[in-house]
Amino acid sequence: MFHWLEKNPFLFSVGVFIVIAFAGLIEILPNFAEAARPVVGLKPYTVLELAGKEVYKKDNCIACHSQLIRPFKAETDRYGQYSLSGEYAYDRPFLWGSKRTGPDLHRVGNYRTTDWHENHMWDPTSVVPGSIMPAYKHMFTNKADIETAYAEAVTVKTVFNTPYGDDIKPGREAWEAYKPKVIEEAKKIAADMKNQDVKDAVNRGEVPEIVALIAYLNRLK
Amino acid sequence: MQSNAALEYDYSVAKLFTITAILFGFVGMLIGTLIAAQLAFPELNYLLGEYGTFSRLRPLHTNVVIYGFTVSGVFATFYYLAQRVLKVSMAESKFIMFIGKLQFVLYMILAVSMVVTLLLGITANKEYAQMEWPLDLLTVVVWVLWGVAMFGLIGMRREKALYISMWYFIACFLGVAMLYLFNNMEVPTALVAGVGSMMHSVSMYAGTNDALVQWWWGHNAVAFVFTVPIIAMIYYFLPKESGQAVYSYKLSLLSFWGLMFVYLWAGSHHLLWSTVPDWMQTMGSVFSVVLILPSWGSAINMLLTMKGEWNQLTENPLIKFMVLASTFYMLSTLEGPIQAIKSVNAIAHFTDWIPGHVHDGVLGWVAFMIMAGIMHMAPRMYKRELYSKKLVEAQFWLQTTAVVLYFTSMWIAGITQGMMWRAVDEYGNLMYSFIDTVTVLHPYYAIRALSGVLYLTGFLMFAYNIYKTATAGRKLENEPQFRTPMA
Repeated sequence: MFHWLEKNPFLFSVGVFIVIAFAGLIEILPNFAEAARPVVGLKPYTVLELAGKEVYKKDNCIACHSQLIRPFKAETDRYGQYSLSGEYAYDRPFLWGSKRTGPDLHRVGNYRTTDWHENHMWDPTSVVPGSIMPAYKHMFTNKADIETAYAEAVTVKTVFNTPYGDDIKPGREAWEAYKPKVIEEAKKIAADMKNQDVKDAVNRGEVPEIVALIAYLNRLK
Repeated sequence: MQSNAALEYDYSVAKLFTITAILFGFVGMLIGTLIAAQLAFPELNYLLGEYGTFSRLRPLHTNVVIYGFTVSGVFATFYYLAQRVLKVSMAESKFIMFIGKLQFVLYMILAVSMVVTLLLGITANKEYAQMEWPLDLLTVVVWVLWGVAMFGLIGMRREKALYISMWYFIACFLGVAMLYLFNNMEVPTALVAGVGSMMHSVSMYAGTNDALVQWWWGHNAVAFVFTVPIIAMIYYFLPKESGQAVYSYKLSLLSFWGLMFVYLWAGSHHLLWSTVPDWMQTMGSVFSVVLILPSWGSAINMLLTMKGEWNQLTENPLIKFMVLASTFYMLSTLEGPIQAIKSVNAIAHFTDWIPGHVHDGVLGWVAFMIMAGIMHMAPRMYKRELYSKKLVEAQFWLQTTAVVLYFTSMWIAGITQGMMWRAVDEYGNLMYSFIDTVTVLHPYYAIRALSGVLYLTGFLMFAYNIYKTATAGRKLENEPQFRTPMA
């Protein structure tokens, strides 16, 4: 029946490719432009928040935490308003996750505070008895890579027209000029924290990972 | 598929990938067992400082078992059986031999870089596509080299008609190439901004689009890495080991083209109840259910190949492995569509039922088939008898027990948690705080960790058996025609 095709590897491969390729075209393409549109009033992440998102990625928080509230009463009661497509317009990559070993975090900024996160990341069981989440004490000493976060802001502005201000532009000079703004933002977070080493680091012009992470988590609303 | 005495096949590349399959299999399963134990006993998170937390190790586990163990197994079996079904030897072409060895060297460099970068937390953070952009580029090179070797061998073939296994290997090559390229489209930030880390990029797609492309990849990585090449293996090794002809050519034809056509549509079942449009979710659900047909087509074709020869099941442990692999494939491809039904998914998604489902597929089907393939190949590659039949039998029962413990415990854990998340009291208030739904899972997590220990022990027995076969097995004068000889 198809023996002729099995003797012609080229046509066979072309056949396979066509059969597997067009499902993607039909399912993904039609909605592409619409899904990329932000909700009204959505602001891009600040550089400090982006640095926090990098910490979130580096320690792979999506292994256990989702950022996707499904439209069920049990979920909106627990986590807040269900998630909308346009809220993710500046998320590259998306961080929905696929497993909730811990709770959803898409609106964690609505019900957790800087000091709660500080205690929790230092020792999760101190605020959630029975928690199986590991402590992330290294985030209090490791420094966040704010320079790369700035590079990300420049990239999404240049390539994808993400609406950042004119002070976000390529080059080392522009970064050096921008850096104090990041430190200022970090100081506001550190002011609500109690760890003295963290406060000292921020005053020296460094940003510990925990500060950037908390800035990011507070932004999730 | 009679053996061809005139041709001396060259297994040097197949042997190399066999070794890496065993090595990465051990490492990946060891990490898997450790992170399973961490969920039951959180103190185990602090063995390696910041590099030893569950979150940091979890992608290492998935990447090492998928791209280390499974892909090595795919390459090993390919370089072994492609020569045989095409009736051409690697030794006939210096060029293809060079390509094969180059592919192996670059693959090893890639694998080591992957392990190091993931441990350091350098990650693109898309599930099953974590490698950062320089490694992505190297992946493309390795994959293209495999394609060159594959189509080079096909170009030299003496057997004009491509055997079923080759259909599946070609599909694996093309499918992964297409999906991988599109999903890993990313912009290196340092190149645009002139500052920051070279090992960082942003995805070309944002939010919902990124999710769609990612799960189009994620789901089909399961298709084209965990299904398609494994079917290529069973279509060769089961008939060869049992001496039985494949039951039905028409069924294999139907299953192949059916699988190719249907699989890609089902990716959106990972995004049910998310922000992707309803019609896409529904398509994903519907095609997932249709997917039962071609999946069961292959599995039933394999089981019927044993028709009238079921006595081999009691006599030959390799047949046991392959028949059970087929059976687990059926279980897994029925379970998946059930989870893809929207109302079931509402409970199952985000719970441990999902890793449970994945593992009855990968432990019971993928790993069983790769190990059976290696046990079939080793005596022919090393021209020695398989070292110990008793060891194979013991391994089989140990690992089968492990798989059953794994998926039963995770079924219960997943459904328990899914129900507790939505439970409300008589006034309509949520009954459980989140932590209640975590602590209740402790016994199931402990059972799962135990199952990991059992499976890993079985894998060590397998590794030892292959090592002893290669070094101390009784020498064979002639290549065995069908059934693998074992002491």
